[in-house]
Amino acid sequence: MSEAGACADRDPSKRSRKVSDIESRGYIKPEVLVSTEWVAEHLSDPNVRIIESNEDPLLYPSGHIPGAVEVDWTRDLNDPLRRDYLGQEGFSSLMRRIGASRDTTLVIYGDKNNWWATYAFWVFQLFGHTQAKIMDGGRAKWIAEGRETTRDVPSYPESHYQAPPRNDQVLRAYRDQVLAHVEKKGKLIDVRSPQEYTGERMHMPDYPNEGALRGGHIPGAKSVPWARAVAENGTFKPATDLRAIYEGEAGLKEDDDVIAYCRIGERSSHTWFVLSYLLGYPHVRNYDGSWTEWGNLVGVPIEK
Amino acid sequence: MAETATLPPKLAETLDLLALMPDRADRIQLLIDLADRFVDVPERVAQRPFSCDDRVPACESEAYVWAERRPDGRLDFHFAVENPQGISAKSFAAILRESLSGQPLEQIAALSTDLVYDVYGQELSMGKSMGLMAMLQMVKALAKKGIAEGAVREEVPVVS
Repeated sequence: MSEAGACADRDPSKRSRKVSDIESRGYIKPEVLVSTEWVAEHLSDPNVRIIESNEDPLLYPSGHIPGAVEVDWTRDLNDPLRRDYLGQEGFSSLMRRIGASRDTTLVIYGDKNNWWATYAFWVFQLFGHTQAKIMDGGRAKWIAEGRETTRDVPSYPESHYQAPPRNDQVLRAYRDQVLAHVEKKGKLIDVRSPQEYTGERMHMPDYPNEGALRGGHIPGAKSVPWARAVAENGTFKPATDLRAIYEGEAGLKEDDDVIAYCRIGERSSHTWFVLSYLLGYPHVRNYDGSWTEWGNLVGVPIEK
Repeated sequence: MAETATLPPKLAETLDLLALMPDRADRIQLLIDLADRFVDVPERVAQRPFSCDDRVPACESEAYVWAERRPDGRLDFHFAVENPQGISAKSFAAILRESLSGQPLEQIAALSTDLVYDVYGQELSMGKSMGLMAMLQMVKALAKKGIAEGAVREEVPVVS
C-alpha cells in the first residue's frame, strides 16, 4: 500500500545504494528494515509516521528525529491497571492520536539498539499493523551520523483508526502454553544476560532477585543474550552471522516452534523480531510474562 | 525510611522543585536541564581510562563516581557518564553532584535508594532504575567510607 518506495524511487542511484546495504545482508524479509538515509528522505512523507520508543523517558524530549512522535512502553503500550497490553480501543486511540491510518507506514526507532522499538513493533503486530518497519541502527546511529534532531513535539490531525481485536494467538505465549511447550521439549531462547540465565544474581540490595523469587531459567531454554544480534554500529548483523548464533550455537531450525523470553518480554521482542523477520522463522512467539512471571509461579519446573 | 527533615538540605530543595512541576512534561524538562548541567569529572580527580573500581555496576550508561575530600572531611562528588545518550544517568549525576557535595555524610549514607523514584517517577524500567540506584549506592558507600576515615566536624559552613 503506502509502501515507502513511492518517494525513495525518485533518485534511483541513491536508493539502490541504501537498500543494498540492508538487502545485502541476506535477510528473509529485508523490507521490515529501513536505513537512517531512508528515514531522512521521508521526514515529510504523509504516508509515513516516525515513532521513537525508548527505555529512557528523557531521550525523546531532549531531541528526536523531526516529525517523530513518541510511543512510551509504560504509558502507551501497557494497560495501566492489569499486567497486559492495551486493548482494541486503546490501540485505536493511540493510533488516532499520532494521526496514523491503517495503511500508514510506521517506522519505529529507539535507544538501546532498538530494544524498545522492537517491543513496540511486536505490540503493533498483535493488532495486525503489518505496515511497520524498524530503523536499522536506531537512535544512536541517527545521532552518530550527525543528523538533525529537534525538541519540537509535532501534532498530527487525529485519524479514524479502527483496530481489529488484539490477536494473541500467533505471536504471544502465555504461561500454560509455555509449560506445555516445555513438556513437549519445545525450543526456547532465554535472551537475558548469562548471569540471569544461570540464576546468579547481581547484589543489588533493593532488587535482590530482580523481581522474581527464584533464579534460573525455563528448562530446555538456550541462552542467547538479545544484543548478540546487533553489530557494533548498532545495526542488525547479517543473516549468516545470525544463523551461526541461533542455528549453529542454539540449535534452532527454521520450522521450529520457538518461544523467546526475558524478564518482562521487552528484550525478547528484539529476538522475536530477528527470528521472525530477519531469519524468516514462521513460528516464533514472545513469552511476555517471562522471568518475572515464571520465576514467581508456584510449582513450575526451573533449571539452573 | 528517611524523613524529609533528615535529607541533605540541598537535595530536599531539588526534590521540592521537582514536586512543584505541574505535569510530567515540565518535570522531564527540568531533568533534561539538569542533564545539561552535567559536569565531567575534573582531571585532577581522575583521567581516562578510568579504573573499573570507580565504575557503577549495573549502570548501562557506563557511569563512574569519585569522592574528593574537603578540608572539613566532607566530600565533593564527581561523575563521568561515558554513554553520550545516557541522559538519565547524566541528570542523576548532576543532581547528586550538586545536591550532595559538601552535605553531611551521615545524611548521605542514610539516603534511601527510593530517591530514584522520587526523582524519575515510578515508570522507570527496572534496568534503568537499577543503574541509577547503583549510582546512589556508590555515593552512599563513599560517604560511609568518608565517615570511617575521619570525624566530620558539623556546623561547618558549606564551601562552594
